[in-house]
Amino acid sequence: MGFLTTTFNSLLGWARKYSLFHYPFVTACCGMEYMSAACAHFDIDRFGAGWTRFSPRQADMLLVVGTITQKQAPVLRTVYEQMTEPKWVMAIGACAVSGGIYDNYAVVQGVEAVIPVDVFIPGCPPRPETILDALLKLQDKIQKQDQDWRWKRRGS
Amino acid sequence: MEETRVLNELRTRFPGAVRDALSLAGDDVLLVEREGFFRLAEALKAAPLDYALLLDLTCVDYLARSGCLEMVYTFLSLGRNHRLRVKITLPAGEARLPSLAPLWKNADWLEREVHEMFGVDFEGHPGLRPLLLYEGFEGHPLRKDYPLRRRQPLIPLREEP
Repeated sequence: MGFLTTTFNSLLGWARKYSLFHYPFVTACCGMEYMSAACAHFDIDRFGAGWTRFSPRQADMLLVVGTITQKQAPVLRTVYEQMTEPKWVMAIGACAVSGGIYDNYAVVQGVEAVIPVDVFIPGCPPRPETILDALLKLQDKIQKQDQDWRWKRRGS
Repeated sequence: MEETRVLNELRTRFPGAVRDALSLAGDDVLLVEREGFFRLAEALKAAPLDYALLLDLTCVDYLARSGCLEMVYTFLSLGRNHRLRVKITLPAGEARLPSLAPLWKNADWLEREVHEMFGVDFEGHPGLRPLLLYEGFEGHPLRKDYPLRRRQPLIPLREEP
């Protein structure tokens, strides 16, 4: 039985990591690099994350791309809460990671303070290759993590 | 020169309001007292001066240096292609000024911004609600005495892991 669950866990991880639907929460200049990563030149679709969903309910990977202000934090949290499980979050760029150069009254010092984050991507802005590298790291994480499924016995 | 002519004319028409007039790097600058500022603004808007555009309206914090805020208005006359800068010094305790919103409509939002960022009150403004900040924000973040690292989150933040 243990063998079956482990295998199924691994299978589910494999399926999930190659079928990420992403929701781009783009607020600043990093969006340019995101567009570049998402379109034909760098092509995030090669790694199975090609579908851009503009509804959080259909997405399972949230890309926080750019500066998040205090005024925008409630919006970001709502978007995150609307996403269905399982879900993952990438913080793209210095502003999303730590507030970046905006150490002031208006900006949230890293989106970790608003929602949980799986992968942090530094850079101002990060190169598209960095975003793809981060995607591979996230896929690695998804593959290795303990998967959740509907009829799984809790606590086992 | 036209610049000096305009400044001279304003100086003679509003002897009580105009404190000083000078040309700085090609721009005409008028230093104005608060009393009589609105009448002066009305004259700027009307013919023949015809400053139809209020390009910008902002504030400078000189509180540490001289205990004052300084309002800066930039006007443009389209007909005469002439720029005029008007500066008014406000003591910290009484940062009040008549609103220019009845004359130039764009002053509405600009004054709301200066109001929340510097704490200047504009008398006669149609509604000094926060423009960029949110309800419940305390203090005036663009004043130099606002602490750099003071944060006022709109929603409760997660505790750092």
